[in-house]
Amino acid sequence: MIHAILVFNSHGRPRLARFYQRLPEEAQQQIIRETFQLVLKRDDSICNFLECGSLLGGSDYKLIYRHYATLYFVFCVDSSESELGILDLIQVFVETLDKCFENVCELDLIFHVDKVHYILQEVVMGGMVLETNMNEIVAQIDAQSKLEKSEGGLSAAPARAVSAVKNINLPELPRNINIGDINIKVPSLSPFV
Amino acid sequence: MRGLAVFISDIRNCKSKEAEIKRINKELANIRSKFKGDKALDGYSKKKYVCKLLFIFLLGHDIDFGHMEAVNLLSSNRYTEKQIGYLFISVLVNSNSELIRLINNAIKNDLASRNPIFMGLALHCIANVGSREMAEAFAGEIPKILVAGDTMDSVKQSAALCLLRLYRTSPDLVPMGDWTSRVVHLLNDQHLGVVTAATSLITTLAQKNPEEFKTSVSLAVSRLSRIVTSASTDLQDYTYYFVPAPWLSVKLLRLLQCYPPPDPAVRGRLTECLETILNKAQEPPKSKKVQHSNAKNAVLFEAISLIIHHDSEPNLLVRACNQLGQFLQHRETNLRYLALESMCTLASSEFSHEAVKTHIETVINALKTERDVSVRQRAVDLLYAMCDRSNAQQIVAEMLNYLETADYSIREEIVLKVAILAEKYAVDYTWDDVQGYAAKTVFEALQAPACHENLVKVGGYILGEFGNLIAGDPRSSPLIQFNLLHSKFHLCSVPTRALLLSTYIKFVNLFPEIKTTIQDVLRSDSQLKNADVELQQRAVEYLRLSTIASTDILATVLEEMPPFPERESSILAKLKKKKGPSTVTDLEEIKKERSSDMNGSAEPTPVNASNVSTPSPSADLLGLGAVPLTNSAPAPSSSGSLLVDVFSDSSSVAAPLAPGSEDNFASSSDLASSEVVSEEPADAVHDADELIHKFICKNNGVLFENQLLQIGLKSEFRQNLGRMFIFYGNKTSTQFLNFTPTTKPVDPIVDGGAQVQQVVNIECISDFMDAPILNIQFRYGGTLQNLSVKLPITLNKFFQPTEMSSQDFFQRWKQLSSPKQEVQNIFKAKHPMDTEITKAKIIGFGSALLEEVDPNPANFVGAGIIHTKTIQIGCLLRLEPNLQAQMYRLTLRTSKEAVSQRLCELLSEQF
Repeated sequence: MIHAILVFNSHGRPRLARFYQRLPEEAQQQIIRETFQLVLKRDDSICNFLECGSLLGGSDYKLIYRHYATLYFVFCVDSSESELGILDLIQVFVETLDKCFENVCELDLIFHVDKVHYILQEVVMGGMVLETNMNEIVAQIDAQSKLEKSEGGLSAAPARAVSAVKNINLPELPRNINIGDINIKVPSLSPFV
Repeated sequence: MRGLAVFISDIRNCKSKEAEIKRINKELANIRSKFKGDKALDGYSKKKYVCKLLFIFLLGHDIDFGHMEAVNLLSSNRYTEKQIGYLFISVLVNSNSELIRLINNAIKNDLASRNPIFMGLALHCIANVGSREMAEAFAGEIPKILVAGDTMDSVKQSAALCLLRLYRTSPDLVPMGDWTSRVVHLLNDQHLGVVTAATSLITTLAQKNPEEFKTSVSLAVSRLSRIVTSASTDLQDYTYYFVPAPWLSVKLLRLLQCYPPPDPAVRGRLTECLETILNKAQEPPKSKKVQHSNAKNAVLFEAISLIIHHDSEPNLLVRACNQLGQFLQHRETNLRYLALESMCTLASSEFSHEAVKTHIETVINALKTERDVSVRQRAVDLLYAMCDRSNAQQIVAEMLNYLETADYSIREEIVLKVAILAEKYAVDYTWDDVQGYAAKTVFEALQAPACHENLVKVGGYILGEFGNLIAGDPRSSPLIQFNLLHSKFHLCSVPTRALLLSTYIKFVNLFPEIKTTIQDVLRSDSQLKNADVELQQRAVEYLRLSTIASTDILATVLEEMPPFPERESSILAKLKKKKGPSTVTDLEEIKKERSSDMNGSAEPTPVNASNVSTPSPSADLLGLGAVPLTNSAPAPSSSGSLLVDVFSDSSSVAAPLAPGSEDNFASSSDLASSEVVSEEPADAVHDADELIHKFICKNNGVLFENQLLQIGLKSEFRQNLGRMFIFYGNKTSTQFLNFTPTTKPVDPIVDGGAQVQQVVNIECISDFMDAPILNIQFRYGGTLQNLSVKLPITLNKFFQPTEMSSQDFFQRWKQLSSPKQEVQNIFKAKHPMDTEITKAKIIGFGSALLEEVDPNPANFVGAGIIHTKTIQIGCLLRLEPNLQAQMYRLTLRTSKEAVSQRLCELLSEQF
């Protein structure tokens, strides 16, 4: 089971936090901070798994994480999950974000916390893998967007706001999550289908 | 939602933490006033504010309001409003009962709406919150949605995971029923997303209800086989970087790990699958992308786990080992990490232990060169797992080397492991060498100006025992040793000081030349009049002892401590505690049991009362400082314990100070086989089993009583050792003459009304059925009395309780599923069926009582290990009461049939 999903940037600012077990808010923040400390000091070439001690209460829990540009994606799982499977699941989640936001960047996560949650909900539910087929996930999200638009085009407003903000400040933030050789921007998976 | 974007930008532009907090507080006040205001908010505004609250919450600020507004959004018929309402509730779970009632109401409506999108939102909310209240409200409903013919695939997926979550929180509220067989058939569903979710659900349910779901094995195998043999294009969207349905394959392989190897027909197909997966690993990669290799290897590692779990096909095991061997040298750190981890479990299989050992150089190299502490940690684990007599020296040396540079976080564990391996495999050095070396080493370590108190304890003990071995060196002469220890004395806590006082009296014996110096110290007011009663008593008694006892008596009283008896290493216990119950060490033990069974272990030997005479069964060098030195009774169950100390056992009757001072058996009389030789018709052996049954769950009480004699018992057991105090009371007013129990001689004359006592040490050599018999002869008024009673020494006395999680329990339960390992008894209750009494009896029986393991809370589940000298036998038990019928069903599973049988007999008598 996946017990928590955390996304934070390289300054430790949380960008997404989802816990699948009930924890007081303080404990949640503590876990985010400690996880950040654990993950930050590891350089990129070493392995993507680490034991997190009793951080979330279970001695056999592991942190499985991936680092994309300014963001760390961390899944805290117990021994019933396959490490490599989770690593790929993170990739699926990020690739899906990339498709839904068209070249996702940290700002998208900031200004669309809700949408990020909705995308995550299509991948993981109650701590279990719900869907791994990216086309299916994107189709669900598209259907949601259509519904939103039909209910009054609300989604257009924040998009405008984001582009305004993107243009004004934050020169230090790279525009895209650059994934290096992992290359998130697979245009589509159609050639493999 | 422009307001939201502006607010977020504001926060991001804040220059300091203070400014940010100020801005947030302003916003919170604003939202609060809006929520409380007179003007009713429209859905859009509510949605906007709820979004803001989510953002503020993410930044780490407490949100204590807004729940009601979010709940209101649930009943909106606008999708976006409903959606954000559910999100808020899932992220900021609140246990206010009124809110929960409202939330459950909204969920109920959405589930009944037949609108798949609304149903999906509601199911997500249940799965993410997963509270007991939700389980109460919906556990009956979800299975229906899951198996209904007209439910859409996406809803089925959600319903499966939703049910899984509810089952995790409240298994008692999810009753098995007709739906289970239909869920199993979801493994054949066309939609792979549905199959994946169903597999997760079945895996969890099958762990606790293996019988109910055993048909899933053949379905899972055929599904897996179809995936594995498919071309990479067959599964379309579920092909991930050329690997067909990797997640589903992993899940199916996990499901199969809930069961033992399947029947031959299915097994052949499964073996084919596993071989195909192993073959594919050797094919050139279809893509250079890391995702391709990740997905492929995720399946491969899971297949290897299954092979190790089944532990039945030597051919596959060796192939698995070779594959992992390749990964050990792979350039991907992740693969090296996982290979080390898997190999660790492989090392405990007898088929592959030798194959694993061939990789020793690679693993040692990993320890030296890996840059990542996680990987080095795995290498240490593997070295530990692959260690045996043949390579112990090399492995211990490498671990010691590594220790010097190891990360602080894992040093303690390495030290423990080194100690265990050294203890287990060291054979070729003589004790003297070690003792002298130890004395020299602690002496040097104590030179440091500031020492940890534990070092002072160790130093005090070792120098007190073996200081004479280094006293020849003028640099560590007796006086120097004494002064060194005494210089630490005043900085130490009372328990340590008490221990040092014992060291001093030992010095009086070892080094007569410094006797007066030590007497002066003992005589000083700070000792003799010490406010601490323990210290004062020791000072007074030791001073007296040193003054009045002759050299011979001193030498006898303060003789060197005897070697420790064979027992489970306390270090091992400590390591287990540190690493949790599901560690390699445990696996190793189970394996050991299994293999010793296969090799036909020694015939059951009865318990022998033997002359194992140690001061305290709890004496334990390395359990430093876990228990302070006190005068209280020895705690039989505490695992960590004090340093061996002359007074550590002070409350037990005449604590033995040296070997042989108490338990001088005339000969090691064989209790079990002794025959009654009677001049006159002897009383029949009082083996009426009730006597024994009375003592199964307790250790103290009256064993036997007639008009002449009363026999009382007090006993304690730990690991495979036990000690029994037997009290013989003469109830008459006349002397008993020639009083001879077969255990060992006592004073042959027992005065009227007097009581004699004796101590018997017990060692369990192997598992056994029959209790040893105690024969007693004495003359009373001219007649020879002959008496035989069974001593209540039963197999369960050598139980050590084992705590384990529900998952571990059922995993082991399943591992012990062969018909020979299980013994079951259904019987009528002989006593009132009281839950608390039953619990107490199971604990008294010696096993751990595991709470919240059995899905049915009325049942009792226990686990423990029977310790014998030759083997340890893991035991699991389950007691199912049926109140209506006033019946019980008791099931015992252990790795040994005779043990299951015996424990079941013993325990059945108790209820």
